[in-house]
Amino acid sequence: MATESPAKTPWYDTVVAVLKANQVEIVAYVPDKVLAPLIARLHADPYFTMIPVAREEEGLGIATGAWMGGKRTIILMQTSGFATLPNVLASLVIACQIPAILMISERGTMGDHQLAQAIVCRTLVPTLQTLGVEHHRITRPDETEFICDRTIQQAYKTQAPAALILSPLLTNNPAWK
Amino acid sequence: MASQESPVTRDTAKVMNRADITRRLVARLKDEEAVVGGIGHTNFDLWASGQRPQNFYMLGSMGLAPSIALGVAIAQPKRRVFCLEGDGSMIMHLGSLGTIAMVAPRNLAIVLLDNGIYQITGGQKTHTSHRTDLVGIAAASGIERAEWARDEAHFEAWVDRALAGDGPWLIGVRTDNAPPAGVTDRDPVRIRERFMVGLGVRK
Repeated sequence: MATESPAKTPWYDTVVAVLKANQVEIVAYVPDKVLAPLIARLHADPYFTMIPVAREEEGLGIATGAWMGGKRTIILMQTSGFATLPNVLASLVIACQIPAILMISERGTMGDHQLAQAIVCRTLVPTLQTLGVEHHRITRPDETEFICDRTIQQAYKTQAPAALILSPLLTNNPAWK
Repeated sequence: MASQESPVTRDTAKVMNRADITRRLVARLKDEEAVVGGIGHTNFDLWASGQRPQNFYMLGSMGLAPSIALGVAIAQPKRRVFCLEGDGSMIMHLGSLGTIAMVAPRNLAIVLLDNGIYQITGGQKTHTSHRTDLVGIAAASGIERAEWARDEAHFEAWVDRALAGDGPWLIGVRTDNAPPAGVTDRDPVRIRERFMVGLGVRK
C-alpha cells in the first residue's frame, strides 16, 4: 500500500490508503488545521463523498444512516469537537451498535498555546474510556497503517465505534517533516 | 398549485392531527421507502401507523433524525427517504438543514410536524410558538423546496411531489397537541437490525 518506507510516507497519505482498503467512502468533517492536509487529499480523490457538517454530531447521525444503508463513514474532528459528542455516542451510536470511525486531531497538548484547548483535552480520553469506546493514539508514521487498519476492521467486525487519536507527536513533530 | 394562491404561512396553515398526517403519508408509500422517525410523539405516531420493515425509530440523540435520513439517502440513492421530525427536535440542529441543502439528495424529504410544544415533557412551548418559522429557516438554509401544507389535501399533494423526486424537500405541517396513537418499543438493536433487513443490507 505505501510505496515509500512507512517512516517517510506522510500520515495523511497512509490514512487515505487505509480508508480505501476498508471501503470507507463517506467522510463527514469539521475541519481543523491539523486535519487540513488529509481533508484536501480526500476532497481531491473522487472515491470519497465529502460532507462538511455544521456540527460533529451531524457526522455521527450521517454515519449511522449510511451504515444502516450499507455504506461506511469516517468522521474527522478536533478534540473540542469530540467534546460535543457524549450524548450521540451513548444514545445512538453505542446503543444501536453503529461502527462509526472517529478520527480526532489531539489539540491542547504538547505545544498548544490555547488554554481552552488544554482544558478540553483533559476530557478526551476519560470520555472515551467512560463510554467504553475503543481508542488508540497514533504517534509515528510507521505505526499509522497498522493502528488505523486494524482498528477500523475491529470496529466493523464487533459493530462498535472506535476513535483514532492523532497525537502532535505524529502531526506536529519536526522529525517527520 | 401554490403559484396561483398566496403562499401558505405558519399562521395560515390548518392545524392538523399528527397521527392522521402520519397515516396519510404511510398510505402513499408503495415502493419500500425508508421512513426515519424523530424522538417523542413523532415516533409514537409513526409506530402506531403500522410496522414497516423500512421504518427506523430514533430513540435518543434529539435532533439528529434528518442527519440519519441524510445518511440513508446518500447510501441508497435509488430509495426514497422520508424523515418525520418535530419542531422541538429540529430547532436543536438547524445547521443540518444547510448540510442537507448542500448535499442536495433528490431522494430525501423531511416532514416537519410543528405543534409548537415539547409535548412529551408536558407541553412547554418551543420557539415556533413564538417567532420562529422552521420552513423559512429551511428555505434560507438553501432547501429550495420548503413549503407549509395548507391542509391535508395540500400535504398529500406535496408528498406526491416528493415521491416523484427532485428533492430535497421540507414539508411543514402544523399539528395539534392530541396525544399520540401509540408507544414505541425501546430496543435499539432490534430496531436497527429490522431496518437493515428492510433496506436489503442484511438478510
